[in-house]
Amino acid sequence: MQLARLELQGLSVGGLVNVDLEVAPGEIVCLSGPSGSGKSRLLRAVADLEPHDGRVLLGSVDRESMTAHQWRRQVMLVPAESQWWADTVGEHFCRPVPEALTELDLPAEAVGWTVARLSSGEKQRLALLRALSCRPLALLLDEPTANLDNETTRRVERWITDWIRQHGLPAIWVAHDAGQIERVGGRHYSIRGSCLEPA
Amino acid sequence: MDIIELSWWQLAVAGALVLLLAVCTHLARLDIGRPLLIAAARTMVQLALIGLVLEALFTVGSLPWIALMALVMLLVAGREVMARQKYRLTGGWAFGIGTVSMFVSAFSVTVLTLAAIIGPEPWYTPQYAIPLLGMLLGNTMTGVALSLDRLTESAWRQRAVIENRLMLGQDWKQAIGDLRREAMRSGMMPMINAMAAAGIVSLPGMMTGQILAGTPPALAVKYQILIMFTITVGTGFGTVLAVSAGSRRLFDGRERLRIDRLKAH
Repeated sequence: MQLARLELQGLSVGGLVNVDLEVAPGEIVCLSGPSGSGKSRLLRAVADLEPHDGRVLLGSVDRESMTAHQWRRQVMLVPAESQWWADTVGEHFCRPVPEALTELDLPAEAVGWTVARLSSGEKQRLALLRALSCRPLALLLDEPTANLDNETTRRVERWITDWIRQHGLPAIWVAHDAGQIERVGGRHYSIRGSCLEPA
Repeated sequence: MDIIELSWWQLAVAGALVLLLAVCTHLARLDIGRPLLIAAARTMVQLALIGLVLEALFTVGSLPWIALMALVMLLVAGREVMARQKYRLTGGWAFGIGTVSMFVSAFSVTVLTLAAIIGPEPWYTPQYAIPLLGMLLGNTMTGVALSLDRLTESAWRQRAVIENRLMLGQDWKQAIGDLRREAMRSGMMPMINAMAAAGIVSLPGMMTGQILAGTPPALAVKYQILIMFTITVGTGFGTVLAVSAGSRRLFDGRERLRIDRLKAH
């Protein structure tokens, strides 16, 4: 697998204007800011889910040179609140990931569970696994531990950071908790008004 | 057999019953009295007018006038399709998609049925063309309206699901596939049910009318089967077109769900 960096050039969406950002392979850039400051919208813009200005490249490949669904398969956004449309968990996965389930403290049978019985914490972990089962080349994480208790939060943080470093994915991680930002490491930007500032 | 004459006072008796129903629902606070009375008044005025128009049209019988009549019917149906949607595509698309779908499907099936199957001389003889087009357009309108309403409303409610599917790399057709199937189903179900129940549970209106007017039942049945099939084909293709165009319009060139193209009414 070739490692590629994620590059935002002059991205403008909502209140954010002209955002430039480079994320190296295996690097995690944390993003924080008050609610409503546009963190989620920035991630949505990178995933090309809403109209905006600016360019995004993965490696040397411009987003516009491929179809939008190909782009999203490579640069995958995991939203804060996941949605499930089929009856069982397994139907949402690109491929089975049995060993990852146990690492996230979920039993192997979880793939056969009906979606209706999932707790919010289980949904959040399964949504991460679901996204990674599609083998993206870059990750956009929107508060990936919002519904988890402390212990599970630590476990999930370790697991995602390991995955990101092992597979060399550039990642943007939206987080609230200062402790988490410190543990995850890497650069940290916060949104001030219309731009990103190193924090 | 001569058909029994109906006088206006006899209709007034039936009208009084509708009025009674409106009063009862009003007293029971079921809030349907007003729309019921408006619709009843509309049906009376519209049918009385169309009676006059048809008499004039049948005397003239020329193609331009028949085409004008057909155009008016189409535009009214297009407006009706739009009015029945709670969430409408903006920028004239709600009207445009409904009207074009009905035009392409109902008009071509009508012309085909007239020219290739029934074959009156000339093919546009208004006694055949206008009732046939009316039945096709009416049913196609129902199918298109139901399916578009279902499509836009479920897209509105399930926009988070659609977007999450897009995030996982599905293309727009996969992401909205379930909704398209449901919309298609709700557009076609009335016709499928009508065909399944025809003759057992319900006696279709046109057949009943022909029998009342003295046509032998065997011939009336043949006409009814023909009409059921053509209506189904018209409704089906109209609904396919509307669902395809409507769902395409919910996404832009970069396969983003553009829920901002819907407006609640």
